[in-house]
Amino acid sequence: MREYLVLRVIAKMMIAFMLLFALYVQFHGDFGPGGGFQAGVISAAAIIFYAVIYGLPAARRVVPEWLVETMVGAGVLLYATVGLAGIVLGGNYLDYFVLDSNPVHGQVRGIFWVEAGVFITVSGVMLKIFYLFAGRRRNEGPET
Amino acid sequence: MITSHLPILQVVVPLMAAPLMVVLRSGAAAWTLAVAASWTALAIAAGLFLEVAGGNVVSYWIGSWPPPWGIEYRIDIVNAFLALLVSFIAAVVIVYCRESVRAEVPRERHYLFYAMYALCLSGLLGIAVTGDAFNLFVFLEISSLSSYVLIALGRDRRALMAAYQYLILGTIGATFYVIGVGLLYLLTGTLNLADMAARLPAVSDHRSVLAALAFITVGISLKLALFPLHLWLPNAYAYAPSAVTAFLAATATKVSVYVLLRFYFTVFSGSGIFDDRPLAPIWITLSLAAMFIASAIAIFQNNVKRLFAYSSVAQIGYITLGVSFGSVYGLTAGIVHLFNHAVTKGALFMLLGGIALRLGTVRFDAIGGIGRAMPFTSFGIVLAGLSLIGVPATVGFVSKWYLVLAALERGDAWLAFAVVGSSLLAVVYVWRFVEVAYFREPTTEVARLREAPLSMLVPAWLMVLACFYFGLDTGVTLGGAGAAAESLLRGPR
Amino acid sequence: MTLANHYSYWVIIFLAIAGLYIVIARGNLVKKLVGLSIFQTSVYLLYVAPGKLIGGTAPIVSPQFQVYSNPLPHVLILTAIVVGVATLALGLALVVRLEEAYGSIEEDEILPQDRDA
Repeated sequence: MREYLVLRVIAKMMIAFMLLFALYVQFHGDFGPGGGFQAGVISAAAIIFYAVIYGLPAARRVVPEWLVETMVGAGVLLYATVGLAGIVLGGNYLDYFVLDSNPVHGQVRGIFWVEAGVFITVSGVMLKIFYLFAGRRRNEGPET
Repeated sequence: MITSHLPILQVVVPLMAAPLMVVLRSGAAAWTLAVAASWTALAIAAGLFLEVAGGNVVSYWIGSWPPPWGIEYRIDIVNAFLALLVSFIAAVVIVYCRESVRAEVPRERHYLFYAMYALCLSGLLGIAVTGDAFNLFVFLEISSLSSYVLIALGRDRRALMAAYQYLILGTIGATFYVIGVGLLYLLTGTLNLADMAARLPAVSDHRSVLAALAFITVGISLKLALFPLHLWLPNAYAYAPSAVTAFLAATATKVSVYVLLRFYFTVFSGSGIFDDRPLAPIWITLSLAAMFIASAIAIFQNNVKRLFAYSSVAQIGYITLGVSFGSVYGLTAGIVHLFNHAVTKGALFMLLGGIALRLGTVRFDAIGGIGRAMPFTSFGIVLAGLSLIGVPATVGFVSKWYLVLAALERGDAWLAFAVVGSSLLAVVYVWRFVEVAYFREPTTEVARLREAPLSMLVPAWLMVLACFYFGLDTGVTLGGAGAAAESLLRGPR
Repeated sequence: MTLANHYSYWVIIFLAIAGLYIVIARGNLVKKLVGLSIFQTSVYLLYVAPGKLIGGTAPIVSPQFQVYSNPLPHVLILTAIVVGVATLALGLALVVRLEEAYGSIEEDEILPQDRDA
C-alpha cells in the first residue's frame, strides 16, 4: 500500500494515539475497565496496523522478531517473580499484602507489576501470532 | 521456611522454566533448564509425599486468601502419589529427550520443544496439586495445549492431523468439564473441591447435580481415552516424537484418571447421587469393551507404536475396571495399575524411540530381525512386554492380581476370568514383536544398525528395571496406592 | 418459573448444540474450529449470565448500594476466553501447516492421502 498517501498519513497520526490509549487502559485498569489484557491487545493492534499499512518488513524493523519472543517469555517471568517476591517477603505465593509495609499499598504495587507482566506477554503473543501467520509464504513449502 | 511453600513451587518451578527458555533461545540451555526443573519437581514431589504419607493434609493458600474464597492447593496422599509419578516420569524422560529430540525435531525448534515440555509438566503437576475446580480446568488446558504442540512436532505429516483431531476432541472434553463445573458452581456457589463436597448434599435432590456429573464424566472420559472416546489417542501416540509419546502415554491419561477419582470419590460421594443409579455396570461394560476390543485391534496393527497405543486404551480399561468396583481392593488395583502402566508404557515407548532413531520407522515389515542388531533395545521391549501381559515378578502382575482379588471379593468370578482372558490378547501382540524381532532374518538395512545411544538406553532400561523392582518390592506402590484408596473411600475430609 | 424466565439458558443450549453440530457435521477444518469456538462461547454465557443480578451494580463496595452482581464468573470467563483464544490460534496454525502438507483443508481430501500407508 505504498502509494496510498492518505492511509499512510492517517495511520501515522493514529498509531501514536492508539499506543497512548493502550497506556491509558493499562494504568486506568485499577479504577475502571481495563488492564493488561486489553492494553496489550490494543498496543499490539497499533503495531499490526503499522504492518498492514507500511508492510511487514517495516514492522519487523520497528519491533524485531527477537524482541517479540523475549516479550512473550519476559511478561510471564515478571508475573511469576511478583509471586515469588511474596514468598521472599514472608507471605504466600502471589501474596500482595506483604509487598509494602501498608497492605493496601502492597496490593496496588502487586497488581501494578502483575498487570505490567500481562501487558508485555499479551502484546508479545499477539504480535507473534501476527508475524507467524503473515510471514508465511505459500510457495515456501512445508517446513517440517 | 521454604518447605511450607512446596505445593506452589511444585507448579511454579517448571512454569517459570518455560518462559526462561523462550527468553534464552538456546536449545542446549533449554535442555539443561528442563533437566533442572524436572529434577527439582521430582525432589519437591518426594518431599510432599513424605510429608503427607502419615495421613496429613497439606493446604496452601495462594495469595494468603483463605479458602473457599481463594485458590487452595490441597495435597493428600492421592495427590502426592500422582505428583510423584508424573515428576518421576518427567525426570527420566527429559534425560532421554536429548538424543531423541536432536534426531526428530529441527534444531531451531529445540528450545520451544523444551519450553512446551516444561509447560506440559507444570500443567500436569498443577492438576495434581490444586484443590480448586476451575484452577484444575486451567491446568488441564495448559497441559493439553502444550501436548497438542508437542504431538504436532512429529516428523510424519500425519502428526499434524493427529494433533488437530486431539485438539478438537480435547477441547470438547475440557469444555464439557467446564459446563459441569459451572453447573456445580451455580448450585453450590463455590469452586473449592472440598467445600463443594461439603455443600453438595444440601442440594443433591436437584437434577442439575446429575447433569453436572454427566458432563464431567464425559468430559474427563474424553481426556482419559475411555473406550468409545479414545479415537484421538492411537494416532496422537503413533505419530508424535518418541520422547513425547513416552511422556504423554505415561502421564497425561493417568492425570485424567485422577481427576475422575477426585470428582467421584471426593466431590460427588457425599451427595448420594450414586445410590440408585446403575453407574458401576456402565463403567464395567465400557472397561471390558476397552480391554477386549482395543487389545484385539492392537493385534492387527502394522505400526508397533500404534499397537502399543491401542494397548494403552486397553490398559485404561483395567484402571477404570478397578475403580468401578468402588471397593478398597478395586481402587488399590486401579491406582497401582495407574503407576505400573505408566512405568511399563514409558519403558516401551522409550525403547521404541531408540528403534525409530536408528531405523527411522517402527513398522513390523521393516524391523524384522531387529533383535540381533539392537539386542538391548529389543530385549528391553520383550521384558516390558512381559510386564504388560502381567507375568509374575513384574509390576503388571501385581495390579492384575489385585484386580482379580477385587473381582472375586465382589463374587464376580467371570470378571476375574475376563481380566485373565484379555491378558491373553496381550500375549498375542507382544508375541508378534518377539516373532518379528527374533525369528526373522534381518534385512541388510536392519543388520547394519547400531544399538541406541546410551543416553537413551539408560533411562529406558531404568524404567524396565523399575517394572521388575516394583513387581518384587511392592511396599511403596501398594502401600501408597492402598493408603490413597482408603483416603478416597473415606470421602471428603 | 416459566420457560421464558430462563431464556438465557435457551440461548446457551442453542449455541452449544449449534457449535457441536458444526464440529461434527462439517468436514472443513476451519469450519470445525468455528463450531468449536461457538460451543465454547455458549459456556462463557453459562457462567456470565447467572452472575448478573437484576438491579445489582458493579461490585465496588459503596454505602449507596445494597445489591451487587457477582464478579467471580467474569474473572473465570476472562481466563476461559484466553484459553479459547489460545486453542483457536493453535488450531488455525495446525490448519495452515496441514494445508501446506496436504494441499487441502477438507477432512475427506486429507484422510485418503494417507490411507495406503
